[in-house]
Amino acid sequence: MFVHLQGPWNPVWGRLSLQAIPYHNPILVGTFLFAVVIALAAVGAVLYFRAGPYLWREWLTTVDHKKIGVMYCLLGLVMLFRGFADALMIRTQQAIAVGPHSPGYLGALHGYLTPFHIGQVYTAHGLIMVVFAATPLLVGIMNIIVPLQIGARDMAYPYLNALGFWLTAAAAGLVMLSLFVGNFAHGGWYGFLPYFELPYSPGVGVDYWMWAFQLSAVGTTLGSINLIATIVKMRAPGMTWMRMPIFTWASLSTNLIALTSFPVLMVSLALLGLDRYFGTHFYTAGNGGNLMLYNDLFWVWGHPEVYFLILPAFGMMSEIIPTFSEKTLFGYTTMVVASFAIGGVSWGVWLHHFFTMAAEPSVNSFYSVTTMLVGIPTGVKVFNWIFTMYRGRVRFELPMMWAVLALFLLLVGGMSGMMNAFAANDYMWHNGVFVVAHFHMMVLLIAASIFGAVEYWFPKIFGFKLEQRWGKWFFWFMVLGTAWVFVPMFILGFTGMTRRLDYVPYTQWAPYLRVMLVGMAFYVIALVFFFAHLYVSLRDRVKNRVGADPWGTSRNLEWMTHSPVPAYNFAYIPHVHARDEWAWRKENGVASLANESFEDIHMPRNTGVPVLLGALSFVLCFGLIWRIWWLSAASLALVVLVIIVRSFARNTDEVITAKTVAGVEGAVDDALPSAARG
Amino acid sequence: MSSTTDTRIQPGSTVLWDKGDAAGHDILGTRTFGFWLYMLTDAMVYAAFFAAFGVLAHNAGLNSKSVLAAVFNAQGAYRETIALFASVLAYGYAMVALKKGSRSGVAVGTVVALVLGLVFLGMVSGDMERLFGQGIVPQSNGFLSIVFTLIIYHALHIIVGAIWMLVMLAQMGRDGFTSNVVYRLINLRIFWHFQAVIWVFIFVFVYLQGKVI
Ligand code: HEM
Ligand SMILES: [Cu+2]
Repeated sequence: MFVHLQGPWNPVWGRLSLQAIPYHNPILVGTFLFAVVIALAAVGAVLYFRAGPYLWREWLTTVDHKKIGVMYCLLGLVMLFRGFADALMIRTQQAIAVGPHSPGYLGALHGYLTPFHIGQVYTAHGLIMVVFAATPLLVGIMNIIVPLQIGARDMAYPYLNALGFWLTAAAAGLVMLSLFVGNFAHGGWYGFLPYFELPYSPGVGVDYWMWAFQLSAVGTTLGSINLIATIVKMRAPGMTWMRMPIFTWASLSTNLIALTSFPVLMVSLALLGLDRYFGTHFYTAGNGGNLMLYNDLFWVWGHPEVYFLILPAFGMMSEIIPTFSEKTLFGYTTMVVASFAIGGVSWGVWLHHFFTMAAEPSVNSFYSVTTMLVGIPTGVKVFNWIFTMYRGRVRFELPMMWAVLALFLLLVGGMSGMMNAFAANDYMWHNGVFVVAHFHMMVLLIAASIFGAVEYWFPKIFGFKLEQRWGKWFFWFMVLGTAWVFVPMFILGFTGMTRRLDYVPYTQWAPYLRVMLVGMAFYVIALVFFFAHLYVSLRDRVKNRVGADPWGTSRNLEWMTHSPVPAYNFAYIPHVHARDEWAWRKENGVASLANESFEDIHMPRNTGVPVLLGALSFVLCFGLIWRIWWLSAASLALVVLVIIVRSFARNTDEVITAKTVAGVEGAVDDALPSAARG
Repeated sequence: MSSTTDTRIQPGSTVLWDKGDAAGHDILGTRTFGFWLYMLTDAMVYAAFFAAFGVLAHNAGLNSKSVLAAVFNAQGAYRETIALFASVLAYGYAMVALKKGSRSGVAVGTVVALVLGLVFLGMVSGDMERLFGQGIVPQSNGFLSIVFTLIIYHALHIIVGAIWMLVMLAQMGRDGFTSNVVYRLINLRIFWHFQAVIWVFIFVFVYLQGKVI
């Protein structure tokens, strides 16, 4: 039934053998040692502080949307570092391997990475940054903030929420494992057909890529179902559609994109899987396969996906800018319409990712025009933010600084996107570094919004503010790094440099590549400041404790409960009377959070099932990657069994008694100084 | 600097917090709504499959319609259709019984639906076996790859539905009509009807297309 494989295979170990471990590669050995040290330190710390039971009880088995969100963010952060390490390797390789006389180290002819190795590095970089860094960070923040903004006690399906997270974590684990067991795909993050077919890529790299991608797609789809249902069904009384906070609108729009587009990604990958495992002919070069089918299916997901990433970022900017302009958001309705217009148009533009591949001029023109249409709602948003700031009392605190940076990056990224959108232009620089610079502006905009959002909402979740001094250093070095890396990249794009080079033939490009390396140095320094920021904030956490509304000028429901938010979010669900309810209450002098009597609150009970299912699907995919059929079959059977058994569980809820609630509520002090005003 | 809407309400006399009825959300509605969303993702999967079907049918050196006409047995598929539709009908009667609160009615309807679903599966797998025996396999060419993938993916759903029915019979026996059981029965109905709808497309595009057009 399964295709015939080149190379050894046996029924017990599949394709796994000691050769799979890259002990001859010093870089990977170093990475491995680093990972071991980190892992030992983590395990040691858990044992030393006897934190195991606590971690299991409070985190691994949690169904609390805030904790799941925090775990999503931590996962995203770890993967962000991994992706950054990849970027560092690419930039150093390209700075060294310029011209025929450039030196070679560690077995490489030029530079220090062999073509096979750097191929894995840039493939992993792309996949990780899009799917395992940006996505978890955004999903995590939506997970935390959306239920709070709509006055709900949890997500619609808390158990599913945990499951979505653990599937994503398992997928990220697969990518990490590929460093030390086997290898990763080396043909680019979006796949390359028919090159990714078994005859041309016989190793496990493509399988790692495919299954990690697939598993994360399942996790994200489940997450989108949950967020949509939460927004539609769980809003507090009085919160009509047009009173919803704009970040919640952005989340709704973005998750509609995810809900409809991720299944297409699953199909595009599943058909490749059928080709690689069963020998079907979906994308093969012969026997009636069609490689354009892959490109179309993939980018039918791929373009909506980039808007899936950017819409929540827009939502974050729309929350931060009014707060720090001390004004209501300009053009709320147009903002909502624009979010949905962007979501809708994003479905009709995918072909711009392969203008150069066999489409007629009329087809290319059509997709050129639709692509440019995206600029209209995006422009509406930009003007709305600018008009929000106009004549506002703008305070440049850290969240606002990040939001404004995001605005600038959006301008550069959007304009260069428009340039890509001309098919005639794109013929000249498709697959070049101009395109790479374009989408990095976009993705860095997302990163900037995320940093802003974290600065903004951190005190809400953890009850203390992040310090500002090191945070500002971090910010400015990120700005420096971005300028030094990407301005030269745009220039190189104009001079015709193609992307993904393991060796740069023209020595004229060397100065630019070196300048970019300096930019990377700024990023590394920024990273140091980031840790300083984190360390000082944690050290001074008592000093920086805050009350319910730490910025003083926030406007939405999430600021109407204590900081840190208690497990049940709101002791009483608020009634909503206005679009910016919290601002409305402050204006009308009813902004007190004090209540006298309390009631029992029903909450879902923690469960270990999601983490178990995550672990099982990790093993399932591992078995499939190495073609250890018995292992996959066994874990699949267990997955089914666990799901069925869990469906019989009866006590899935628990009650937080009124007395406990009263205890928690009595202990908080909402009147702590709000540092913003001081 | 005023916030946007509805400032007319007098803050002094308005309800600010929701006391008395803490939960207040409609559990059944929330559960079935989420399942509709899931169904939408499955619809997108099928849509992508059918798109691939459309693409792979255009293939130099292969007349897809005559391949379909030569390979697939529309009469057999017609019998499969009857079995599946009858199963959906039976499950529909189970739902009528659920409205009346009749446990035995739901059980009988579900069992009949289950048996008919298995009959459908048996016929489909018989058909597949016949074709595989003749050397007509998904590996033959790109077009047959997608045709078989469609049929088998649909059949996998029927298997899942059958297991689900067994689980529901057990849960109903143990718990009666608790809200968990009821929402799962309703979701199963959505699921089962949806598979019949998809089958209509498969029947038309795979089995009938070659014969009629
Ligand atoms: C104003 C809106 C935008 C326009 C007009 C636009 C246009 C384009 C075009 C035409 C390409 C294809 C270039 C080529 O491959 O030759 C492209 C690539 C890309 N864009 Fe955009 N884009 C826009 C917004 C975004 C956003 C918001 C993101 C991400 C959040 C994004 C991420 C990407 C990525 C990742 C690629 C390249 C993928 C790859 O080849 O690896 N773009 N864009
Ligand atoms: Cu695009």
